[in-house]
Amino acid sequence: MRRYSFVQLLRNAIGLGDGWQQAWRSPEPKPAYDVVIVGGGGHGLATAYYLAKNHGVTNVAVLEKGWLGGGNTGRNTTVVRSNYLWDESAGIYEHSLKLWEGLTQELNFNLMFSQRGLVMLAHTEHELNEASRRVHANRLNGIDAEILSREQTLAFVPILNGSKDIRYPVMGSSVQKRAGIARHDAIAWGFARAADALGVDIIQNCEVTAIRRDGSRVVGLDTTRGSIDARKVGLVAAGHSSVLAALAGFRLPIESHPLQAMVSEPIKPVLDTVVMSGTVHVYVSQSDKGELVIGAGIDAYNSYAQRGSLPILEDIASAMIELFPIVSRLKVLRSWGGIVDICPDASPIIGKTPVEGLFINCGWGTGGFKATPGSGWVLADTIANDRPHPLAAPFSLERFTSGRLIDEHGAAAVAH
Amino acid sequence: MTQAFRLASGGRIDREAPLRFLFDGHAYDGFAGDTLASALLANGIHLVARSFKYHRPRGIFALGVEEPNALVETGIGAGVEPNARATMVEVTDGLIANSQNRWPSLRFDLGAAADLASPLLSAGFYYKTFMGPAGAWKLYEWLIRRAAGVGRAPDLPDPDRYEHSYAHADVLVIGAGPAGLAAALAAGRAGARVLVVDEQVEPGGQLLNTAYAVNGRPALGWVAEASGELDRLSDVRRLARTMAIGAYDHGYVACVERAVPVPDGRVRWRERIWHVRAKEIVVATGAIERPLIFDGNDRPGTMLASAARAYATRYGVAAGRRAVVFANNDDAYRTALSLAEAGVEVAAVLDLRHDPTGALPALARERGLRVMSGHGVVGSRGRMRLKAVEAAPIDDPSNRQIIECDLLAVSGGWNPALHLYAHAGGKAAYNTSLAAFVPGIPADRMTVAGAAAGEFTLAQCLAGGARAGVEAARRAGFAATHPALVLDAPEPDADLRAGPLASPSRGGKRFVDLHNDVTEADLHLALSEGYRSVEHVKRYTTLGMGPDQGKTGNILGLSVLAQALGQEVPMVGTTTFRPPYHPVSFGALAGREVGDLVVPLRKTPMDSWHEEAGALFEPVGQWRRAKAYPKPGESMHAAAEREVRAAREGVGLFDASTLGKIDIRGPGATTLIERVYCNNFSTLGAGHGRYGLMLGEDGMVKDDGVTVRLGPDHYHMTTTTGGAAGVYVWIEDWLQTEWLDLEVFLTSVTEQWAVATLSGPKARAVLAPLTDVDLSVQAFPFMAFREGRVAGLPARIFRVSFSGDLSYEINVPARHGLALWQALMESGRPHAIAPYGTEALHILRAEKGYIVVGHETDGTITPMDLGYEAMVSKKKDFLGRRALSRSGMSGPERKHLVGLLTKDPARMLPIGAQIVERPSEARPVPMIGHVTSSYHSPTVKRGIAMALIKNGRARLGDTVYLPLLDGPTLAAEVVKPVFYDPENARRDG
Amino acid sequence: MLLIPCPWCGERVEAEFRYGGEAHLKRPDNHLLCSDETWAEYLFMRRNPKGWHRERWMHLAGCKRWFYVVRHTQTHRIAAAYKVGEAWPALPA
Repeated sequence: MRRYSFVQLLRNAIGLGDGWQQAWRSPEPKPAYDVVIVGGGGHGLATAYYLAKNHGVTNVAVLEKGWLGGGNTGRNTTVVRSNYLWDESAGIYEHSLKLWEGLTQELNFNLMFSQRGLVMLAHTEHELNEASRRVHANRLNGIDAEILSREQTLAFVPILNGSKDIRYPVMGSSVQKRAGIARHDAIAWGFARAADALGVDIIQNCEVTAIRRDGSRVVGLDTTRGSIDARKVGLVAAGHSSVLAALAGFRLPIESHPLQAMVSEPIKPVLDTVVMSGTVHVYVSQSDKGELVIGAGIDAYNSYAQRGSLPILEDIASAMIELFPIVSRLKVLRSWGGIVDICPDASPIIGKTPVEGLFINCGWGTGGFKATPGSGWVLADTIANDRPHPLAAPFSLERFTSGRLIDEHGAAAVAH
Repeated sequence: MTQAFRLASGGRIDREAPLRFLFDGHAYDGFAGDTLASALLANGIHLVARSFKYHRPRGIFALGVEEPNALVETGIGAGVEPNARATMVEVTDGLIANSQNRWPSLRFDLGAAADLASPLLSAGFYYKTFMGPAGAWKLYEWLIRRAAGVGRAPDLPDPDRYEHSYAHADVLVIGAGPAGLAAALAAGRAGARVLVVDEQVEPGGQLLNTAYAVNGRPALGWVAEASGELDRLSDVRRLARTMAIGAYDHGYVACVERAVPVPDGRVRWRERIWHVRAKEIVVATGAIERPLIFDGNDRPGTMLASAARAYATRYGVAAGRRAVVFANNDDAYRTALSLAEAGVEVAAVLDLRHDPTGALPALARERGLRVMSGHGVVGSRGRMRLKAVEAAPIDDPSNRQIIECDLLAVSGGWNPALHLYAHAGGKAAYNTSLAAFVPGIPADRMTVAGAAAGEFTLAQCLAGGARAGVEAARRAGFAATHPALVLDAPEPDADLRAGPLASPSRGGKRFVDLHNDVTEADLHLALSEGYRSVEHVKRYTTLGMGPDQGKTGNILGLSVLAQALGQEVPMVGTTTFRPPYHPVSFGALAGREVGDLVVPLRKTPMDSWHEEAGALFEPVGQWRRAKAYPKPGESMHAAAEREVRAAREGVGLFDASTLGKIDIRGPGATTLIERVYCNNFSTLGAGHGRYGLMLGEDGMVKDDGVTVRLGPDHYHMTTTTGGAAGVYVWIEDWLQTEWLDLEVFLTSVTEQWAVATLSGPKARAVLAPLTDVDLSVQAFPFMAFREGRVAGLPARIFRVSFSGDLSYEINVPARHGLALWQALMESGRPHAIAPYGTEALHILRAEKGYIVVGHETDGTITPMDLGYEAMVSKKKDFLGRRALSRSGMSGPERKHLVGLLTKDPARMLPIGAQIVERPSEARPVPMIGHVTSSYHSPTVKRGIAMALIKNGRARLGDTVYLPLLDGPTLAAEVVKPVFYDPENARRDG
Repeated sequence: MLLIPCPWCGERVEAEFRYGGEAHLKRPDNHLLCSDETWAEYLFMRRNPKGWHRERWMHLAGCKRWFYVVRHTQTHRIAAAYKVGEAWPALPA
């Protein structure tokens, strides 16, 4: 892999460079691999990368039915944070955040991971109490978190509506300063390039049509680009997990819903942190290009349509104006929808499935982007060692039988 | 120099209505009917903006919505609108507009240094640098953000109002050009209810821009007749200045209507969103012209051929004195002819095709225009304004000749505007000869007609529109005859097949996406680095991601990719169109749901009394509830403690009207209640109530409340304030889909009853004078219900208690709520009655250890966790029972509800504080629980707290620790969660 | 904003309804005696198909009836709506 650097950029700019390499190869699929990862989004590519890097498993293919990062990786609002309530969640998200902190250098790909802080607003006393509970827990879990008073919050985010005489005045907030945003496409491309350099075959436009089993064991896949044998298969296809599980003959505790987001036209910087509000349901940041990137709610019904409905956007617009009155005359440039796989407890599923050799990583709901490196790390470890990584163990499929759910619904109204 | 480029005659501007406006501080003249763009062009101004990345000088490029360059700021102060399209701003007298994204001025912009560094700033350069040292991105980002954005946000709240309207139509016609008008006439004559929306100020579409003829007369005469007829049809409505921005499911289309601008800006509403539900939709949105790729294709003075023509025809403006037309299709010859007719010198028509044979090129030649076929522009000159182009044969690009000109009109053919069709799920197909995407797999309830369907001649548009109108009306249930219109629209045969989209390269900058400064070289770079999917290229280069969303650039980009990959365009694919078609303001989307109306506000019948009494309110869901009634100078906490003392020692009055209430009756009522509560209700006699606990099928506590048996088959169920709707829907669900054996009827009566709760030892004394009901302990014991009159009002009295003291919950029909409240306050006056709010309520209930769903529970708590095991019936089946026996539902890992007393009685535990077993440990520390409720109790005169702690009931008497944020670690003793009157002597007395 | 054909009231906008997820989930017979696995299947596991879906809606702002809809989860087309107890209409091809 030819390294990226300013010097390279300069040499190429003045015509002394030797050009740029392909970021990754486009190989034909081989007849067999040690491990096949189904799904070429951030999580799948991270899994392949860590399989190769941490476990020396390089005879790996990543199969993507469309284009790399074309699912939720490329459709989210890029929030990265780890201030989750429950120990299990804090464990995996904080592991992920720590990986984010060194990933640009490790992958030699600028992920533009911007630790600009994330503010979760409290508009009611109940929300203040919930914030207190979460911040206390975060601190004891070794995660940075602070409570900001009303005045501190308004100073931290000057464009917030500071009036007390509004429906949902800002009463205070919690903030995680190590949280922030990253460039969504870059995480897929960076992992793809680094995994490719370690020998992983990345195969796009390759849809899985069947999962082949020998008894209770997975033995391979049929795809639109031929049949591929594999001893181990990881299903990492957010938005289509149930469809793949059905191919393998089991069901998941998942419903797929449209989740919309939108961006404004680019404007000069007005917001230099990430703001979330559970009560008025908004999460927003401003990209380095100047667009306000805004996450909306999910539509109530199951859908695989990658588009949502207008009322959701109208609600988010009124919430935005409630929080930030100056946005009223700005314009929404583009909206889009992703498909989120939602578990009953709003926590993911990582680990083994009823089929031997078949592993799954799904159910991240609206919050999977931030977990990309962490989830890849623990799934790679789980696949390589055939047992759940300790951080993944609580997120087993089995928890739905035992009832040991990790319910992040009650803990945070907005699970992004 | 005033309007030096205004033609002596022609155009649809009102020359009798002159007006004056400011651009970048200079005053210019224009006429009513001008857009900012046409008025600036009339004054010879092309340079209006700087590009996003390289800050290159840019001019007005297009006519309307597709404008990639001319983004300006209009208005001042709170009325600022950033990124307004100069091509869409209707000029009014006194309009103030300014250029954006330049410093210190538009002509001298230091940001243009980026242009010099452009070799460094190739596509995706930022992925390859700014990486070290770790953490340095923060600094780089700070620098990069200096350059971010185009316009500025206003710094004041928006003074304007926005509206939402709703419309239903049999047929919605989008676009009032020839196809749209024909469709609307066909459907309207068939009797269908038709709504026609059009983004322009007046109907006509392209007929406004080009002099066509219909039935031997100027086409605009037909437009006037057609729109006149539509206006006379009673079931047809036309909306001008109304743009369809998104097509959604099942015939739902969102349209944005702009107000007619007025000079002082004081409009009743600024924008209005129409939510249209249509049985059928005719998309007649026309087509958007695309430019061509050539070296230096972005200089001010370069514009789309159709725009140059329209400025002359529609606005009476010559966009230059000496023009070159550069095209790959016949339509651009109309521009050459129009310009020549308007007196503009047409220096040359460069045609990329080798042998244009159509009637229009012939006509151009006939008129003496210099047609240079097989030629292209291979370079341009002039920095702030085009001065000349370099023309050359495409087969011999070095054989250049300089042609001086100040206007370059380019045309790369036309793209059908398929955005709405794609929103609704239509799948476009590529038409090779038009080099454009046309409708393929149809979208639900939608017909595409006219230029949007690739029907590019006027005759085709009229016929296609009429056909679509007939078809849409028929599908909507109206018998329409076909053809409904007899129209004759002769025009010269035009070869509308598009030739090549690019001139040969000579190494200059060749822009594909003008707004985002994406060049052909950027696309090639992306391909060479392996970004081959069109989506990858788009994301890597930002092609089509600017404010114009690639309306002019996308297809050029696709053609570059196709050529480089040696594939056909459809193999390369197309990116998805997403709503909105054109950017829409947050204000318009929000409509009236801002400020006080952002969420409906629910008030109880006694709310006005609370407000007059100076209550502090708190939001609880959509409700607002009185939190406390502070006296002047009194803090909320002091007020709440005073209210607690009143309710403990004397008497207090609480507004409990927000509690959810469900009336349940029918022969199956008792069975139903038995199934939804985990505790036993079968033994509850009529006239009595019982506290019930409801579990989800997952065994977790879902809701709670008292249910009173009013009669043998009649119950009054109460739920939590927040849970009311959910519980109602949930019980109906079981009743209607699973328990078909039960004959029961549920009615949500939350808002039918006002509820005032008298609480405290003197409650009986306050109530007695107002009622005929016997209140003695023997006649009316705890948990009994009586019906009677209170203060002359029909009332249901429940003797329940959430404070732990003697308490009567008095329900009256909602309209009597205020009268009841006033009567109780009056009767209580001798007893120093005090109204109390939710804060006091919470203290009172915490003193007794009563739970609040959502505080002591969070969706992960079972009745056993709460210590309510005795309530869970072993004898009956109920919802959630099965889940309670799962392996994870028992054992030492479960959290139990306990009380906590700080070792230092003066210390209060913060709600949410986490609990650990040992006082200090390195992080991370295993946590065993958290504080769910915590108050200073004026009754026991110390801090009290409730907590959920792992295996808590086994820890009674133990000391646990609570490390506070940035504070000390507090020690507390685990106790039973009851702090006051554990024998319930006061409650029952 | 979907247009939901309530079998009692006719077509109404989605805002008037509550969505209830997958239809015809069968509560295990003798559920108090069934295995934890069987219970988890009933409680949590869903088909979640990409295609035709039998699902439940309640007309909350109208007749307050729960009923069933056959809807395609990719196109959102609605093929049928039917009342509780009625025969299930066949899924479109």
